[in-house]
Amino acid sequence: MSFDIAVMQAFNGLSLFTVLALMALGLAIVFGLMGVINMAHGELMAMGAYTTYLTALIFERCAPTLMAFYLPVAVVMAFAVTFAFGLTLERSFIRFLYNRPLDTMLATWGLSLILQQAFRSLFGPREVGVPSPPWLTGAWQPTSGISIPLSRLFIVGLTVVVGCALYRLLFGTRWGLRIRAVTQNRAMSGAVGIDTARVDAVTFAIGSGLAGVAGSAFTMLASTGPVTGQQYIVDTFIVVVFGGVESLLGTFLSAFTIAQMQSWLEFMLTGSMAKASILLCVIVVLYFRPAGLFAAKVRR
Amino acid sequence: MILSVEDVTVSFDGFTAVDGLDLAVEEDELRCVIGPNGAGKTTLLDMICGKTRPSRGSIKFKAHELTELIEYEVTRLGVGRKFQTPSTYEDLTVLENLEISYPKRRGVIGSLFFARDAALMDKIDEVAGRIYLCDHLGAKAGLLSHGQKQWLEIGMLLMQDPELLLLDEPVAGMSPRERERTAELLTGIAEGRSTIVIEHDMAFVRMIAHTVTVMHEGKVLAEGSMDEIQADPRVIDVYLGE
Amino acid sequence: MRQRARPPAGLLLIVALLLAVPFVSDGFREQLIAKYLCFTFPAIGLVLVWGHGGILSLGQGLYFGMGSYFMAMFLKLEAAAQSNTGSALSQFYGSSLPDFMVWNSVEVLPWWWRPFHSLLFTIAAIVVIPPLFAFLLAYANFRKRVGGVYFSIITLALAAMASIVIIGQQGYTGGVNGITDFKTILGVDILSDRIKRVLYFITVATLVTSVLVVRLMLASRTGKILVAIRDREDRVRFSGYNPATFKSFAFAMSALLAAVGGALFALQEGLASPSLVGIVPSIEMVIYAAVGGRLSLVGAVYGTLVVFSAKTFFSENFPEVWLYLLGGAFILVVLFLPAGLAGLADKLVSLLRFPRASAPASMSVRTAPEDIDRPVELGSAPPA
Repeated sequence: MSFDIAVMQAFNGLSLFTVLALMALGLAIVFGLMGVINMAHGELMAMGAYTTYLTALIFERCAPTLMAFYLPVAVVMAFAVTFAFGLTLERSFIRFLYNRPLDTMLATWGLSLILQQAFRSLFGPREVGVPSPPWLTGAWQPTSGISIPLSRLFIVGLTVVVGCALYRLLFGTRWGLRIRAVTQNRAMSGAVGIDTARVDAVTFAIGSGLAGVAGSAFTMLASTGPVTGQQYIVDTFIVVVFGGVESLLGTFLSAFTIAQMQSWLEFMLTGSMAKASILLCVIVVLYFRPAGLFAAKVRR
Repeated sequence: MILSVEDVTVSFDGFTAVDGLDLAVEEDELRCVIGPNGAGKTTLLDMICGKTRPSRGSIKFKAHELTELIEYEVTRLGVGRKFQTPSTYEDLTVLENLEISYPKRRGVIGSLFFARDAALMDKIDEVAGRIYLCDHLGAKAGLLSHGQKQWLEIGMLLMQDPELLLLDEPVAGMSPRERERTAELLTGIAEGRSTIVIEHDMAFVRMIAHTVTVMHEGKVLAEGSMDEIQADPRVIDVYLGE
Repeated sequence: MRQRARPPAGLLLIVALLLAVPFVSDGFREQLIAKYLCFTFPAIGLVLVWGHGGILSLGQGLYFGMGSYFMAMFLKLEAAAQSNTGSALSQFYGSSLPDFMVWNSVEVLPWWWRPFHSLLFTIAAIVVIPPLFAFLLAYANFRKRVGGVYFSIITLALAAMASIVIIGQQGYTGGVNGITDFKTILGVDILSDRIKRVLYFITVATLVTSVLVVRLMLASRTGKILVAIRDREDRVRFSGYNPATFKSFAFAMSALLAAVGGALFALQEGLASPSLVGIVPSIEMVIYAAVGGRLSLVGAVYGTLVVFSAKTFFSENFPEVWLYLLGGAFILVVLFLPAGLAGLADKLVSLLRFPRASAPASMSVRTAPEDIDRPVELGSAPPA
C-alpha cells in the first residue's frame, strides 16, 4: 500500500473520529455525571444536522449573497437549538428518572422514536443534503497523490476547537467547577450550596448541544435522514463505554481508536465484517477492563 | 485460635484505613472492637468477609486464607456478617428471608428443586423464636420496625449457622429496651461461636464482651478486658483528647 | 410475586381466548394472532430476566433470530432438496443449494449449514445454542460485576452486530431479505390451512407450558434469590450465593424462550429475517413486556397482543401515528405505569373487592435507587 493511500485512509478515519468524538463527548458528559444513558442522543445529532439544513435554506432564500457564511451560523444555531431542547427535556422528564438508569434508557428510546417520526413528518423520509459553502469546496493537495477535501479539514478543525472550548469550560470556569464537583460528590456539592438541579439541567443541555454540533459536522460528510441518528448511536455508546466513563480524555482517545480501526478494517475486510469485528473487539476488551480501556483506576 | 489477622494493611485513594493490624480471636470468644470514627473497624470486617482485599497481610480463618476469596466463598466457609444499616430482603417475608439464609443447596439447580422440609421449618421456628419474631413470619421485611429488622438480620445469620460472626453496630438506632433484648440475644447466640462486634455504646459492650480491642487510626491501640481498657491511659487519651 | 397464592385466573382466561380463536375468527386473523404469539416468548423471557432479575436485555432479537434462522435453514434445505418444489433457478443450475446461494454464486454448501439437514439437530441447536451462548456471555460479565447499564449496552451491541453480519453476508444468510420460500416440513405441506392450524395449537400449547414452567421457576427458591439479587445483590453474596450464576441462568432462560419464539415464527410465517434481529426489534420486545407488566407472565402475553394489534391497526390506517404512539408508550409506561397493564388490573381488582383499601403490594415495582455500577452500599454509614 502506498504512502498516499495510507494517508488518505488515516484521514478517512479522522473524519469519522470527529463526528464520533463530538457525539461521544456529549454522551459521556451526561452519562458520567448523571448515569443517564440518552438513547435519543442520535436524534439530537440529527436535530443539529437538520438545523444546519434549515439554516442553509433560510440563507438561500433570504440572504443568498451571504451563503458563504451560513456554515458558522449553522453550527452555532445547531448548538443553540439542541442545547435548548436538551434543557427542556431534562426539566420535563429526565430528572424524574435519575437513579433509574435502565428505565431512562427505555424512556429515551421512546423519545427517539417520536423524534424520528417528527423528522419524517417535517422533512420527509428522504435524506437531505446541505450545500458546501464556496470556501470549502475543493481539496488540499499537499502531494499529487493525496487529496483531502477541505470540508473534512474544516470539521477536524471544528472538533479541535470544540474540544478545547469544552476543556476550558470544565477546567477553567466556575460552571465547570460546579459540574465537576457534582460529578464527584453530589451530596457534598449540595451541602456547600451548589444548586445541583441547575447543574444537572445545564450539563445535560451541554451534552445535547455537543450532539447538535456533531450533527452540523456530519452534514459535511453525508446527507441526513430521519434514521441517521439511530445509525450512530450504537457506535457512540461503544466509544463511551470503551473509553471509560471517568475520563473525557479517555472518550476522545477511544473515539480516535475506534474510528481508525473502523477505517482500516473497512479497507481490508467488507463493511459489515469490519463493524462486527470492532464490536467484538470492544466486548472482549471490556471483559478484561470493565471500567473501559482508558480508565484511570480499576476498583476491585 | 479461629481467626488470625496478621499485618493487614489497606489504603483507599491514599488514605491508609488499616495499617499493619494484628488481631487474633479464639473459639467461643466474644470480642468487641471499639474506637473512634475512622479507626478502621468496619474496614477490618470488610476485609475478613471478603468485601475488600488488603494490599498486604494475611487473614486466616481455621486453615483458609481469606484474602484470596470473594464474599460468597467466605460466607460458605462459615463466616457471617451483619451490617451497620439493617440489610434484609425488603420484598420477601420474614419467613422467606430466613429461608433464603438456610445454608443448604446454594447453587442454581439445587435452589430450583429446593423444597421446604421439616428440618428447615423447625430451624426457622427456632430461630424466629430467638429473635422475637415468631408472630411476624408472614410480614414483609420492609414493613418491620428498625429494631425488628436488626433482629431479623441476626436471625438470618443464625440460620446460616456461622462459626465466626461479624456484627457491625448491632444496636445502632435502638431504644434502651431493645438494646437490652439484643444484648440477651447476642450473648445467647455467641455461645458455641466466635463473635466480633463493633460497637460505640460502652454500656452495651460491657454487657456482652469477653475481651475488648481498641482501634485507632488503623492500628490496635489496646486490648484486654473492659476494666483494663477503661483504665488504660492511652485509651483515655484518645477518647477524651478528641 | 406470591404467584402461588393467586389463582391463575388471568392465565385461564387467556388460554380460553386463544383456544377460541380458530373457531370464531377467520383464517387471516387467526394467522395474525399466531404471529403475535411468537413474540410473547421473548416477552416472557424479559419478565423473568428483567422484571424479576433486574437485567435489561436489549438484545432479545439475537436469540429470536437464532431460533428463526436455525429453523429456516432446516426448512430451506428441505425445500431446496425437493426437485419438484425447488425454485426455478435451482432447477436451472441443477443445484440443490438454496436459491439465494445460487444467485449469489455460492458453489458449495458451507459446512455450518450441513448439520441442519436433520430436524433433530435443528431442534437441538435451537434449544442448546442460544441459552449456552447467553449463559457464557452473561457469566463472563457478571463474574466481573459488570453493571446493569453496561451489560444492556453489550446485549444491544451484539444484536446490532448480528443484524449487520447477517445482512452483509447475503450469500450465506439470505441477506436483507432473509431466508424464505419454504415448502414442506418433513414432507408435509407447510402452506396448507390444516398445518397452519396445527401449528397454531402447538404454539399455544408451548406458550402455556412456558408460562407454567417459568412460574414454577419464579416460585421456587431460585426465583426468590433472583429477586433478592435484583434488589440487593451485595447482600445476597453474604447469604452465600454467587449472584453471577443465578443471573446468568435467568438470562440463558430468556434466550431459550426467545429462540423458541423465533423458531415458531419461522414455521408459521415462513420467514427468517434480519429485521427481527437488530436493535429496533429487540427494544420493541421490551415494550411488550413493559406494557403488559414486567412482573407478570400473563401480562406479557396480553401486552404483546395489545401492542401488536395496535401496531397492525395503526400501521395500516394511520402509519404516521404509529411511531408516536409506540414512543409515547415507552415513556408513559416508564414514568407512570411501571407495573404495566397487569399492575392496573391488580389495582382495579383490589378496588372492586375492597373499595377503600389501597393496591396490594405484591405487584409493586421497586423504583428504588439502582446505582449504576455501585450497587446499594451495605452499611452505608461512613466507615468507622
